[in-house]
Amino acid sequence: MSDIILKVENISKLYRLGIVGTGTLSHDLKRWFYKLRGKEDPYLKIGDTNNRAEAAESAYVWAIKDISFEVKQGEVLGIIGKNGAGKSTLLKILSRVTSPTTGEIKTRGRIASLLEVGTGFHPELTGKENIYLNGAILGMTKAEIKAKEQEIIEFSGCERYIDTPVKRYSSGMRVRLAFAVAAFLEPDILVVDEVLAVGDAEFQKKAIGKMQDISSSDGRTVLFVSHNMESMARLCERGILLNNGEIEYRGKINDVIDYYLSNNLEFKSTFTEDDLGENSYVKQVVLSNKDGESTSNFKFNETITLSFEVLKQEGETDDFDLSFAIVNSHNVVILSSSFADTNNFDLEEGHNRFRVNINGNFLNKGDYRVRLFFYNKTKHQGVQRVDCLNFKVNEIGFYKNAQIRRALIIPKLDWVKE
Amino acid sequence: MTKKHVKLSNYKEDEWLYTISAKRKFIDFNFKEIWRYRDLLLLFVKRDIVTLYKQTILGPIWYLIQPLFTSVIFTLVFNNLGDIKTGGVPPFLFNLAGITAWNYFKDCLTNTSNTFTKNQSIFGKVYFPRVILPMSITVSNLLKFGIQLLIFFAFFIYYKLSGFDFGINTYLALFPVYVIIMGMLGLGLGMIFSSLTTKYRDLTVLLSFAIQLLMYLSAVPYPMSEARVKFPSLVAKIVEYNPVTQIVEGFRHMLLDIGNFNLNLFLYTLFISILIFMVGLVIFNRTEKSFIDTV
Repeated sequence: MSDIILKVENISKLYRLGIVGTGTLSHDLKRWFYKLRGKEDPYLKIGDTNNRAEAAESAYVWAIKDISFEVKQGEVLGIIGKNGAGKSTLLKILSRVTSPTTGEIKTRGRIASLLEVGTGFHPELTGKENIYLNGAILGMTKAEIKAKEQEIIEFSGCERYIDTPVKRYSSGMRVRLAFAVAAFLEPDILVVDEVLAVGDAEFQKKAIGKMQDISSSDGRTVLFVSHNMESMARLCERGILLNNGEIEYRGKINDVIDYYLSNNLEFKSTFTEDDLGENSYVKQVVLSNKDGESTSNFKFNETITLSFEVLKQEGETDDFDLSFAIVNSHNVVILSSSFADTNNFDLEEGHNRFRVNINGNFLNKGDYRVRLFFYNKTKHQGVQRVDCLNFKVNEIGFYKNAQIRRALIIPKLDWVKE
Repeated sequence: MTKKHVKLSNYKEDEWLYTISAKRKFIDFNFKEIWRYRDLLLLFVKRDIVTLYKQTILGPIWYLIQPLFTSVIFTLVFNNLGDIKTGGVPPFLFNLAGITAWNYFKDCLTNTSNTFTKNQSIFGKVYFPRVILPMSITVSNLLKFGIQLLIFFAFFIYYKLSGFDFGINTYLALFPVYVIIMGMLGLGLGMIFSSLTTKYRDLTVLLSFAIQLLMYLSAVPYPMSEARVKFPSLVAKIVEYNPVTQIVEGFRHMLLDIGNFNLNLFLYTLFISILIFMVGLVIFNRTEKSFIDTV
């Protein structure tokens, strides 16, 4: 006996590109003719790998190719990947919406999917009627839904509208109701695709909490697809990274996220604002090391220098605030600093150059982005530049044993003997 | 009431609840699963009935208007103008009986024939046994059929009180069998059509006029006895061996006591209906697995 509830073995899916027309018929006939003679499908061999951006050489493409993984009971598996990496195709095969071209999936539990919730809703039916219909579509019996009806309505927070046709609902309310139905579903394996993208902050929090409950206290298995790395990191234990239809990386979720983000990040050590208009703004920011070289790659013990060039127009007041923040790959703001914190000098008309240092032996290794914020207090105008720069801190010069520390910052503090 | 979750210890090393793969068996039905989704079938039926005439003023009365008007027109054209004899039965009632039976078959066929194309958005998102949908349509059409039967009986009683000589006979006991035959035939053909139209839409164009022509070859506005006399013998044969003809004729026979009952033809119709239904199920089942890629 093993505790594996789901086993995916060499799953591949071939899609035909382009439109269905007479050309399709000739391919179908050829395929049928081959099959009749007991030969293999002639189009299986010629599939391209699935790269969305490149022009196709073949009319067929492998949306996913040779995917294998196992999921244990009670585990929450995250599936990460760029748009078109094959995530949704994989989930569609798992939820039996379509069948794989080759390969096999074996399961010991019922799989229910939550792909873009609310699809089974009928606009003319009331919220309550739709709870029953949607629940039944997802595989619940009437008795099961009845037992949970009150909980579902409460969780959705749509009590007031429950006897109103769903066509009068806002899109957020629809998602709430649909998610509520699915959340009280009791499949052994729940497949969730990007549902949390809609809904307000309060509901997103509630939804993530509910999903955590589902897996931790109920011991149910969840397969989760999202582009939101924060909820991914909070919900999942393990993850797989899909790229062009193949598994590129698998492991602990934090490693997968780090791998994914660092491989999809172009390092930028210089930021230049092209069009300043008539306002006084930041013209340029450059990241450099202690030798004054512009770089994006820093050793752990190296000082990181941000050099600013700010243009002050004639006649502008001095009432500026210039600040920046360092954000890590999980979207956590590690530090922020403002020009106004110290008030060491005033800006002069024309070009101003100044710099700020972030000490070495401080930021843990990882990928970071710089967020820039410039605010004119008199005009009440602000400019924000998200991700204007990014850089990497590597582990050269690390402390001993620093590898295993999970802290965001590991500053060199003075340990003094008394 | 918390349900027990799957106990993995109940499974042996290489034992699984089900397997998803590309391979398919010729007949691959999971009747247990369909049974598990029976509530969904009922909810679909309820949805169809509740939502059909939402935001209409006359509501279900529309169910009555259509057969009544068709019967009036048929009576004018075929009986007054065309002089088709309907025995002792008032032509209007004769036509109404035929149309009521024909309508149920036709509705089952046309409403199920676009199952895949019409429901692709929901089929593309979530799995349930696809066959639930056409089945639910066949069941919800029963309501319309029932209402139309009621109006038929209203006129039946009216004409009876007016002194016409006709009446139900003992074959009325076969009524449920006829309804099942009609449902199977309509559903079976509908499933075949819906499967064939997922990739190539040509058949949808064909169906809409083919069904009109089929009505005239199904002895709806005339009795089989007239067809035998007046049609060329080949056409008469085609009409006679058309299973829908046998259904319509059988219907009129048990309700109005005209024509006669032929056991062989009845068994033939039953056999053809079961055959078409089974073929429909098999084709539908083969299509449902991956139609979403080609629809």
